[in-house]
Amino acid sequence: MSSFWRDNLPKLGQMFASIAIFLAVLSVIFFIAGKANGKKQRPIAIFVFLGPALILLLFGLLGPAIRTLLLSFKGSASHSWVGFSNYTWLFTDESERIVLRNTVFWILFTPIVTTGLGLLLAVLLDRMRRESIAKSLIFMPMAISFVGASITWAFVYKYANPNQPQVGLMSSVARHLGFEPTNWLLTQPLNTFLLMIIFIWSQTGFAMVILSAAIKNVPTDVVEASALDGATGWRLFRGITFPMVRSTFIVVLATMVVATLKLFDIVRAATGGNFGTSVLANEMYSETFIRYDAGRGAAMAIVLFVLVLPVLCYNIFNLRRERTIA
Amino acid sequence: MSISKKGLLAGVATATIALVATFVAPAAYAGTSAANCANVGSGYAVQKGKTVEVFTSVVGDELTRYAAASKDFTACTGIKINWNGSDQFEAQLPVRVAGGTAPDLALVPQPGLIAQMVATGKAVAAPSAVVNNINRYWSKSWRNLGSVNGTFYAAPNSANLKSLVWYSPKQFAKYGYTVPTTWAQMFTQSDKMAAAGQTAWCGGIGSGGATGWPATDWLEEVVVREAGATVYNNWISHKVKFSDAPIIHAMNTVLNWMGNSKYVGKVSTIATTSFQDAVTGIPSGACMQLQQASFIAASLPKDSVVSPTGDAWVYYLPGINPAVTTPVEGGGEFYLAFNSSKATTEVQTFLSTPQWAITRVKAAGSNGGWLSANSGVPAATYSNPLDALSAKYLSDPHSTFVFDASDAMPAAIGNGAMWTGFTDWFANGTAVKTVASRIDSAWPAGN
Repeated sequence: MSSFWRDNLPKLGQMFASIAIFLAVLSVIFFIAGKANGKKQRPIAIFVFLGPALILLLFGLLGPAIRTLLLSFKGSASHSWVGFSNYTWLFTDESERIVLRNTVFWILFTPIVTTGLGLLLAVLLDRMRRESIAKSLIFMPMAISFVGASITWAFVYKYANPNQPQVGLMSSVARHLGFEPTNWLLTQPLNTFLLMIIFIWSQTGFAMVILSAAIKNVPTDVVEASALDGATGWRLFRGITFPMVRSTFIVVLATMVVATLKLFDIVRAATGGNFGTSVLANEMYSETFIRYDAGRGAAMAIVLFVLVLPVLCYNIFNLRRERTIA
Repeated sequence: MSISKKGLLAGVATATIALVATFVAPAAYAGTSAANCANVGSGYAVQKGKTVEVFTSVVGDELTRYAAASKDFTACTGIKINWNGSDQFEAQLPVRVAGGTAPDLALVPQPGLIAQMVATGKAVAAPSAVVNNINRYWSKSWRNLGSVNGTFYAAPNSANLKSLVWYSPKQFAKYGYTVPTTWAQMFTQSDKMAAAGQTAWCGGIGSGGATGWPATDWLEEVVVREAGATVYNNWISHKVKFSDAPIIHAMNTVLNWMGNSKYVGKVSTIATTSFQDAVTGIPSGACMQLQQASFIAASLPKDSVVSPTGDAWVYYLPGINPAVTTPVEGGGEFYLAFNSSKATTEVQTFLSTPQWAITRVKAAGSNGGWLSANSGVPAATYSNPLDALSAKYLSDPHSTFVFDASDAMPAAIGNGAMWTGFTDWFANGTAVKTVASRIDSAWPAGN
C-alpha cells in the first residue's frame, strides 16, 4: 500500500462516518418533528429550521468574534490583561502607522479606480462589434489567483544590479528607453501603488461584467425616448444610464471595498509586506502566526471588522430600500 | 468551532501516529539473522524482550533509516527500539511528560526544550557511560548544549552546518584566486576581486514573508566569530542586548562585508533579491562568493557540477578572533532520557557511540544528508564529499558550536523584529544603532 493511501484512507473513512452521523441525526430530528402536531407544531418547526443555523452562527461567528475581542485586550501569550495597549501600539507605532496609511491608500484608491474603470469599459464596449471577445480578454485575469498574479507582476517589477542584465519587463523597458531603472518595489510610496495595479488588473474585468449586465437591463424604450428628446453621449450617460445602474455600481463598489480591506495575498506574495507595503490583513497574519502575538493580531482583526462594518451596513440598508421600492 | 476543529486535528494526528508506528515498528525488529555485533560494540548486557521507545519529530523514510540502523543493536542485545515519530513532536512531548506517559528517550531538536523538560523534574541526567562518550568524542560546546545548570543530560544525535561559503572552483582557478583560511585573507582577496571589477559577494535576503532571515545568519556568524559562545548564548537570552558593544561591533562588521557596495554592488538590491536567486550567479562568476548553508545547492542552475573542481563548491567561513577556536553555526538534536532503567540506559549509551553514528551515516546512502559531530566517525565514512567537509568542522574537538540564534529567540524577535529590522537595514541603509535599538524595544514581555 502506498504511503498516500496509508495516510489518507483513515481520513476518508472519517469523512464518510461523519456524513453518515450527520444524516442519521437529521433524520431523527425530522422524524420527531413530523410526529409533532397541534399546539407544539409551530415552535418545533421554528426550532428545526432555525436551530441549526443559529447554532452554527453561535459557534462559527459569534463565539470566535467575542473571543477575538477578549484576546485583543490580552498580552502576546494571552496570559494577562493589558487594557488598550495593543490598540495604542497599533495607532502609535511608527511602522504600524505606515501599515494604516497603506490600508487607507488602498481603500481610497483601489475600489474607485477598479469600479470606475469597469464602468467605463462596460459603457464603451456596449454594443461594440465583437463585444464578447473584448470582454473575455478583459475578464480573463479574474481567473488567475491573486498569488499567481502577484508572482507574475513581481517579475515585471524585478530589478537587478546595474552591471547585470535586467530580466524585469519594466526595468528592461526603462533601460531600452535610455534611463537607468529604479528598484521599483523598494521605492516608497510608489511600491504600494504598483501593488494596487495588480488588484486593479485582476478585478476590473469582474466590475465590468457585472456593470455591463446592468447596462443591458436598462429598458430600450427609455433610452430611445431620451434620444428623441436630444440626449446623447455624456448627457445620456449622466441622465439615464448611470442613475439606472447606480445600485449595481454601489454593490460592486462595496464588494471592492471589502475585498480591499481583506487584501492579504497580493502584499504577501509580492513583497511579503516589506519595504513599507504592508496592510492591516497582512500584519494581522504575521503578528498572530509568525510572531505569535495573539493580542496584537486580535486587535488588528477588530480594527478591520470595525472598518468593514459601515460598508456592510450601507449595503444592507441600500438593498432594503430597493426592496421597498420594488 | 475552534474547539471542535482542534479535536478533529488531534484525532487525525493520533490516527497518523498510530499508523506510522504500526508500519514502521516491524522494520526495527526484522532481520535478526545476519547481525554483525562488531558494528554495535561491546559491553551491553543481553536483555531479551525489553522495548525502549524513542520519541522523535523524524517521520517517513528518514525514520525507516533510523530503524534500519539500529537493527544490529536489537539482534545483539535483544533490546527492541521503538522509533516513534510524530510531526506534532514539540507539542506532544510536554503533554506526554506532564501526563505521566513520558517516552523512555526523546530526540529533542533544540536546547531550549531540553531545559524546559529538565525543569519538569521528569528528565534524568545522562549515565556515566554517556558522559564518558561525550567527553571523549565531542567538543566542549556540544557538552554545554546538552547540559542544564552544569549537569549533563543529553548527548547529540545528528548535526548540520551553516558556516559555509559557496564559490566556483572554475572561476577561482581562472582568476588565480585561492580558498582563504583566515578572515583577513578572505577580505584581501575580496578587495582584489573588487579592484578587478568583479562582484566579490552575492547576496539575497528575499524570502516572501520571511524576508531578512539570511541576514540574521550573517550577523550570527560574525557574533560567534568575534565574541565567542558565551556572549552568543547570552545574546539569545537577551542578557546581551542588540545595542550592547559586542553586537553593535558585529553589525558593523556585517556592514563592511555584505552591506559594502564595494563587494556587493547596489546594497539595496540584496533586499529584493530572493535567497535562491543569490546563488545562481556563482557558476558564471557574476558574483564570486555567497555565505549560505549546503541546502542552497538545490537552487544552482541545473547543469552545474558541484565538486571541488566544478562549477560550485564550498569553503568553511574562517574565524575572526583567534581566542574563538573553529567557530561553527548550525543545528542538531539530542537524546534526553526520562527514566534510568537498564534497557533505556543501554540504548542511550549505544546512541552516543561512534558505532551508532557510523551505522547511521551509512544508512543514509550515497546522497548522504546525515552528519554527526562525533569525532569517532572517520571522514571516509561519508560518501558525499560535502558531508565530509561539513563533518570535519562539526567534529573538530576544539570547535565552538552554536545554534541559530534567531531560531532560539522569541518569535517576536527571531521571526519578527530581526527580519524586518535587517530588511530595513539593507533596503534603506538604516543606521546600525537604530536597527539595534528597534529590535531591543520589540523584545516581548511574554504576557
